[in-house]
Amino acid sequence: MDDRIPIVLAVNGETVRADVEPRLLLADFLRDRLGLTGTHLGCEQGVCGACTVLLDGRPVRSCLMLAASADGATVVTVEGLAPPGQLHPLQEAFREAHALQCGFCTPGFLVTAVHLLRENPRPTRPEIREALSGNLCRCTGYQNIVNAVERAGRLMAGLGTTDD
Amino acid sequence: MKPAPFRYVRARSVDDALEWLAREPGAKVLAGGQSLVPLLNMRLARPDVVVDINGLEGELAGIRPEEGRIRVGALTRHWRLETDPVLLEQCPLVPEAERLVGHAAIRSRGTMGGSLAHADPAAELPVVFRLLDGTAVVRSLRGRREIPADRFFQGYYTTDLAPDELLTEIVLPSRSAGQGWAIVERAARHGDFAWALAAALVTVDGDGRIRTARLALGGVADRPVRLFAVEEALGGERLKAARDAVRELVPRAVDPPDDVHAPAAFRRHLAGVLAEQVIAAAVHRAQGMDPTKER
Repeated sequence: MDDRIPIVLAVNGETVRADVEPRLLLADFLRDRLGLTGTHLGCEQGVCGACTVLLDGRPVRSCLMLAASADGATVVTVEGLAPPGQLHPLQEAFREAHALQCGFCTPGFLVTAVHLLRENPRPTRPEIREALSGNLCRCTGYQNIVNAVERAGRLMAGLGTTDD
Repeated sequence: MKPAPFRYVRARSVDDALEWLAREPGAKVLAGGQSLVPLLNMRLARPDVVVDINGLEGELAGIRPEEGRIRVGALTRHWRLETDPVLLEQCPLVPEAERLVGHAAIRSRGTMGGSLAHADPAAELPVVFRLLDGTAVVRSLRGRREIPADRFFQGYYTTDLAPDELLTEIVLPSRSAGQGWAIVERAARHGDFAWALAAALVTVDGDGRIRTARLALGGVADRPVRLFAVEEALGGERLKAARDAVRELVPRAVDPPDDVHAPAAFRRHLAGVLAEQVIAAAVHRAQGMDPTKER
């Protein structure tokens, strides 16, 4: 049971090689082995969404993936949404719309929303709510999160904000 | 909570996976992991060996239309099934059900085979599989067999699969002309496990009378249930009479459990409400009308 599994994967654009214990979760690999602590663990059951990362372009629960299963994959975490020192328009929108308080759920929301806006660049508010229904927030009451995603969607589509 | 230690092997082929399942009685198949890994994390499952089959999409994933039916590879992911053009055309109940399965992140990894093999009584795909009378193709080193939907589910999280067997393919009928279908569920939030769900398939004659009807429910028993007596009662009825019949018969035809999520009386009431909704929506669809139209 001590056999380590060799994996090679891309994380935020960099190739990573590692030997992992079979039971190591992808979330813990990202956090503990790579120091990418932006990905958070809230439930370890797949329901809270705080651990969401992009894997091969799609949102996945990193708490429900074994690091071993991620061999050959391309992973993007919240740290990889924008170049170093910069903010993704969604992150800007979250800040401007006061869409986070403690920030624990925020990385999961950002990753999920990035995917939403790629698939549906101009979502309606009900569509935003449905797409984010797999992410739980205990602080904000969600209203500002929906505002932020709507705002970012409009900005990214070149439409300007509603306060223009 | 982290999993207990286990050995991890990556299956190099279906035959290789079957060898592992035959050799190791304590082995569990890892496909999408959206049901298995929570169990590992909570240590409700402690397999000795985890056989990762995610590399076998070449052999086990895909949607292949044939004459009158569609073969779906067990490893096909929910998100593919949600948007596949063949399914949208020939088995649209599946994409419609997929929109109700969990959330986007769950649908990225989870598979149809995993959903059926896990056999959660409140899950959508088992209800659809039961409604459509699909067939599960199953392989082991001992050979290949086919399990019809009415024998596949045996109880809570229990199927007819033997420990050395791997579900490889699901065969579903293509829709026939004039068929109407619908699926609906109720949960605390979109994407949550349903308190109850209902799915229906009907054909309607030119006079507006139901010719054939199928009705399946989830969340009301230890497995998906077909309500054959209700189906029979609907034959020959127009929509209004059919709705009255469903409203009266369905709550009496189910015996749901009491649990922490919902009391039995609520599930019983909900079963009747949802059954009525899907029969009405399916009839509207069969008549080429908007299925959400209330009448």
